[in-house]
Amino acid sequence: MEIPYTITERPDTGLYNAKLGLWLFLASEIMLFGALFSSYVLLRVGAVEWPHGADIQNIPMGMLNTMILITSSITVVMSWASLKLKEIGRFKFYMSATLLLGIGFLIVKGFEYGAKFAHHNYPSDSTYLAIYFTMTGLHGLHIIGGMIVFGYFLFRGINMWNSEPDRFTHRIEVTGLYWHFVDLVWIFLFPVFYLL
Amino acid sequence: MAVQSAEHVRNHLKVYIFTFICLAVLTVVTVAVASLQLTIAAGIVLALIIAAIKGSLVASNFMHLIEEKPIILGLLVLAGFFFIVMMILPLIAYYDPITIK
Repeated sequence: MEIPYTITERPDTGLYNAKLGLWLFLASEIMLFGALFSSYVLLRVGAVEWPHGADIQNIPMGMLNTMILITSSITVVMSWASLKLKEIGRFKFYMSATLLLGIGFLIVKGFEYGAKFAHHNYPSDSTYLAIYFTMTGLHGLHIIGGMIVFGYFLFRGINMWNSEPDRFTHRIEVTGLYWHFVDLVWIFLFPVFYLL
Repeated sequence: MAVQSAEHVRNHLKVYIFTFICLAVLTVVTVAVASLQLTIAAGIVLALIIAAIKGSLVASNFMHLIEEKPIILGLLVLAGFFFIVMMILPLIAYYDPITIK
């Protein structure tokens, strides 16, 4: 039996299945990160003293990672636009660039974590470090998750382009929506932990 | 999303590039503002305002929320409401008269 509305839009919602599902997932993600930001506020306003992010963090590294994620956001939207324009070669280029930028983000984050551990700064050392590692660690897991999906669509999942191009384009669109959300979370994490 | 035809997508490419440039510039502005000798409260408010502008650029242009279906917008309004409630909860706890004693 064929699953309905994988390509065409449902008449009542105006959406295809994957997009509705992805937005529901993103709503739950807003709650997840919202709860963590709420915890951050609670910990910060209740703390006797709170370190200034700039004294602990490497701002150029954080800024570099922000630029990397912003760039990956445009490459992922360009990969989707390439499919809409039926340019599969450009899709491969932009999707590869997105994957490489994701790897770049994790490498920079790895250097930052490594520098903290080298200075014996662990999550158990302070409330600031505990919430910092929790939130940036969870964000990093989201990056890894997105990269696994990008890798799948770049090497194996791309076969769908030959059989069901519209469905494949939809899949890239919803993957892009997820990636933009991950970028959006970092846009708030950067000033909260590095600058304030 | 109303962006469907190839022509529509082609016209949107400029919007994506413009959004990217705005985000890059605002990132530099965020760091520059943080280096100013502002009070903690002013620094937090300014940094969060810039982050909110950047976030709305990503949501409206990259995620195409500006032309998304009403059901998605309704879902996000609901999620946004509970997000705001969660942000207010710690402040309620902070100003709890029992805590103040």
